[in-house]
Amino acid sequence: MSTHTAPPVAEAAKTDSPAATEPRAVIKPRRPRRPRQLTSKIIVNGVLIFFAFYTLMPLTWLVIASTKSYRDLFATNPFAIGDFDFFHNLSELFAYNDGIYLRWLGNSVIYTVVGTLLSTLISVACGYAFAKYHFRGKEKLFAVVLLGILVPSTVTALPLYLLASEVGLVNTYWAVLLPSLVNPFGVYLSRVFSEGYVPGEVLEAARMDGAGELRTFLKVSLPMLAPGFMTVFLFTFTASWNNFYTSLMMLNDEELYPVNLGLYAWMKSVYQHPELYPLVIIGSLVAVVPLIAAFLSLQRFWRSGLTAGAVK
Amino acid sequence: MAAPLAKSPAAPRTSAPAANGSTRRNQRGAATLFMAPFFVLFAAVTLAPIGYAAYMSLYREESSGLGFGGTERVFAGLGNFTEALTDEAFLRSFGNIAIYCLIYIPIMIGGALALALLVDSAIARAKRFFQIAYYLPHAVPGLVGSMIWLYLYTPGLSPITDTLSTLGSDWNFFGKDEALYSVINVSAWQWIGYNMIIFYAGLQAIPRETLEAATVDGAGALRTALRIKIPMIRSTVVLTVLFTCVGAIQLFDAPKLVQLRAAEMGEDWSPTMFIYKAAFMGHDYGLAAAASLLLALIAGVLSFVVTKIGNRWKES
Repeated sequence: MSTHTAPPVAEAAKTDSPAATEPRAVIKPRRPRRPRQLTSKIIVNGVLIFFAFYTLMPLTWLVIASTKSYRDLFATNPFAIGDFDFFHNLSELFAYNDGIYLRWLGNSVIYTVVGTLLSTLISVACGYAFAKYHFRGKEKLFAVVLLGILVPSTVTALPLYLLASEVGLVNTYWAVLLPSLVNPFGVYLSRVFSEGYVPGEVLEAARMDGAGELRTFLKVSLPMLAPGFMTVFLFTFTASWNNFYTSLMMLNDEELYPVNLGLYAWMKSVYQHPELYPLVIIGSLVAVVPLIAAFLSLQRFWRSGLTAGAVK
Repeated sequence: MAAPLAKSPAAPRTSAPAANGSTRRNQRGAATLFMAPFFVLFAAVTLAPIGYAAYMSLYREESSGLGFGGTERVFAGLGNFTEALTDEAFLRSFGNIAIYCLIYIPIMIGGALALALLVDSAIARAKRFFQIAYYLPHAVPGLVGSMIWLYLYTPGLSPITDTLSTLGSDWNFFGKDEALYSVINVSAWQWIGYNMIIFYAGLQAIPRETLEAATVDGAGALRTALRIKIPMIRSTVVLTVLFTCVGAIQLFDAPKLVQLRAAEMGEDWSPTMFIYKAAFMGHDYGLAAAASLLLALIAGVLSFVVTKIGNRWKES
């Protein structure tokens, strides 16, 4: 298990370099076009369009539904646009319960963005140390990290809750933030990236020039590790914005909820308070749009992170 | 981000390259500095909870006297473990996950593979668009995705139930048996595109010459796909299946949401839901801790198998 150090990620990253992601020169036997090929073209693209419909339909519905008033939501055809109530819904969303939704958004930013940034820095520093320093018991220590990968965080969530309630951390920001800072898989990836991207000679040169270890790490190694940092960041980010279980356990105080827990709370009480129906819908939209925007602009990193994870 | 930390130019100058011994000491100090934050936190949020769960799982809360004197912590030995392992609901939750996997994995993996092959095929158009369209659901937070589908399952709100009823079907997404498919659909929606991208990346890595050779030998597109492309990304497929299993065993968000409307599923449909119920509705922390440890054990073994198989494939 401690022979984990081969650079599979570098390999994955290679296949994902811009050159490789561009469709290969298409191999097409130079034959005159026959109707059969046209049929299969229609079938293939038809299937693809059908599936795109499946993946996009719920999001389209979300956008359309968010423009409707509560009455139209149930009265009109789901894909028809009723009275355009979008901005009304939006102001309702942010006004409801003294603007609690905005507070949730802010909390989500703290939990995901701040948490992920810190977590990535911690993982990269640790993985870098594993890759670039020699000390006794290193591989044994690394085995502990690998052990950490084996135990999913969902499973430790309950004992963590019990422990947190013993020390009085339940219902604080720390209860959600602290667990999200630990990412053994990030350490593993960072070690692999550090081995691939930071040549030992460069470190030697920096030392010769009199730079201290911390300075070398921050000024020399970290910039070289930028793609790895990005990959670990996006990985951790996905995990932390998907993390519903921890916050569900740890938080009772509405003021501390992240967006998804807040929406869940609304969803649960929608029977008693039907006026929440449109709020849940537009609230989901507002929660999703920034992420989709981030995804579209960071696609390239996302993809390399994804494949790096898969080839593990 | 480096700005606040870059204030150390003065210090290191003294420890310049000079003596080899001091460099080494510096390096040891740096390694400790770089690793300490992770390991301290790791001990606090992973190792300590496991230890604490182990301790908790050995005790049982018992009400003393006639129930007036509050509760008392009593040593239970392995009682909580036998209770969990003989609890019908706990066992059923694993059964549910098994059935879920049996249906979900072939659909999701098969679908992702088929889509990857289709997008990879020469006659597909707008490849970039399809990749993004398929991946987009994964950019939606899991819980929000489940919530959107919950709305889409609700009669009166949903275009799907409307269409189904015009077609004369009375499919009830929240029915006792149908709820499983409702959960599967949410998972498939969230993961098909993700896995499709992984498979597609694998397909793109197949050397062009191999495919050319097949074409020259007269293999059609379908045959190339089945005989050459799939076998060449087999290791990725196997790994993905195992990762999916590891994910499935922790399933929580989607069934929890669907269960809001499909009451018949029960609050303990999946193992994680069982633990949540035992702890927060039954207030039986001992049982919940024991169940957590059992789940951790199973999840750990599963991910160990994943890693092992992954390594084997990597080496071969």
